[in-house]
Amino acid sequence: MLVLEKNAMTDEIERLVDKFGKNRSSLLPILQEIQKNHKHIPDYAQQEIARLLDIHPVEIYSVISFYSFLNTKPKGRNIVRLCQTITCDLAGKKAVANAIERELGIKFGETTKDNKFTLEYVNCLGMCDQGPALLINERVYPQVNPEKAVQILSEVK
Amino acid sequence: MEKKNRKGSVLFSEYKRGEGIKKAITAARENILFEIRESKLKGRGGAGFPTATKWTLVSAASSEEKYVICNADEGEPGTFKDRVLLLEYPELVFDGMVIAGYVLGAKSGILYLRGEYEYMKKPLEDYLESMREDNLLGKNILGKKGFDFEIKIRMGSGAYVCGEETALIESLEGNRGEARNRPPFPVTTGFLGKPTTVNNVETLASVSHIVIKGGEWFRKYGTDKSTGSKLFSVSGDCEKPGVYELPWGTKISELLKLVGAKDTKAVQIGGASGVCVPKSQFERTLAYEDIPTGGSIIIFNEKRNMLNVLRNFMEFFVEESCGQCTPCRIGNVKLLEGVEMIENSKYTFSYINQLKELGRSMQVASKCGLGQSSPNSFISILENFKEEVFSGNGGTNGK
Repeated sequence: MLVLEKNAMTDEIERLVDKFGKNRSSLLPILQEIQKNHKHIPDYAQQEIARLLDIHPVEIYSVISFYSFLNTKPKGRNIVRLCQTITCDLAGKKAVANAIERELGIKFGETTKDNKFTLEYVNCLGMCDQGPALLINERVYPQVNPEKAVQILSEVK
Repeated sequence: MEKKNRKGSVLFSEYKRGEGIKKAITAARENILFEIRESKLKGRGGAGFPTATKWTLVSAASSEEKYVICNADEGEPGTFKDRVLLLEYPELVFDGMVIAGYVLGAKSGILYLRGEYEYMKKPLEDYLESMREDNLLGKNILGKKGFDFEIKIRMGSGAYVCGEETALIESLEGNRGEARNRPPFPVTTGFLGKPTTVNNVETLASVSHIVIKGGEWFRKYGTDKSTGSKLFSVSGDCEKPGVYELPWGTKISELLKLVGAKDTKAVQIGGASGVCVPKSQFERTLAYEDIPTGGSIIIFNEKRNMLNVLRNFMEFFVEESCGQCTPCRIGNVKLLEGVEMIENSKYTFSYINQLKELGRSMQVASKCGLGQSSPNSFISILENFKEEVFSGNGGTNGK
């Protein structure tokens, strides 16, 4: 990380600490904001959050590693999550998964070379009455089929 | 937030925003608690703990600070009723929280919304803002001196186990979402060590109706031990999946007819942690005294392979077990291995029986509800669908 980037990160975290409060229960909201803005929580950010909240950095890492929506390694600009739970599975998840894998040329758990997409499975999205469901960043797309899924992906910037 | 034209006897009956709060603040706290006790309302998340008992304990606890937490970490496979309530009936849920604040003497409410529902955060925050404008939130609510209450929304980050109340509190405190030892219970030592009530979205929504219409009215619906109605999230092999409000005590066969399910082989009740009910038991009822459930109903028709279903559930639990206690962390992995052995015809019946025993040990030895209920589907599918599963061709008999 460049010094400039580090300074900007520190500023950002200081603002978040001000916003949510300097206490341990602000940790998740702060991590969620960093995750949203940077698509991961870099080592340096973990150290700075630890310093500003007065917690050991290992604690920060242990919290990040617990939650499946937080990660320490960079991901693509758009995170594509396909629901793998039973009803979406019954409704044809496999065909959608195969179509997306072919189209993007990557497997689940991987990121495209241009860093545009990361492909993941996710557990029940709460859209069981309208499966299979796809979650791209924060937006849910219900009732996708292979063709529709690929179409949706082509419209993502 | 669009409201569909839903009809129902209790939850989807008529209710105007703020109505419950208005009535509550003119009554004494004890009277509201009395009505809730009369209603015999039980927790709608699945565990079925009497709401009045929980609230009485919190209101009796002496503390300057108390918290009302609404558990919207709806992660059980096949459940989506909270999504419908929050998007279409936020007034019921938030009024319920404010009423809880009044009854318990709490000033602070938190809605813990699962990370997957991030898209609801903005509309819900806008809704809270409009409540503030109408003085349904904030200071001296509706002119009641000294009654202040605020609601904040906090997001989860993709962890099923955070739906367990103590894990949820840990998560709010900025920790890994690992369940706590109990006692002490959250009613005395909850969020930040203060008395806390954690209630399901649907429970709080029911409270708003009970305050207006009374406990006796609520008790008219359902059965003796399971009063009121329940939202069922119906999905799987049927013509009309969706959320249905039905009184407790409805037979499985009645529900199947209503949703247009044909050639049904099995119904999974209560999601992955629930039980799988075969055709021969479709005359059983949905109620705390027969088959208790948080409302997830997944329907499988004759074409489905039950071993695949079981595999999907066990993979889910292996992934979602938080890993702090051994029965759950290792047990679920062993059960999944057992499913794989059956798939590859590499099992012995004596080992499968040992795995069922292991499952029963997990039910008593696990620390929280996740490990206590994850063997349910393993045991019920292997016992109720023996012939199909152990047909010797990898469980594909039913295909």
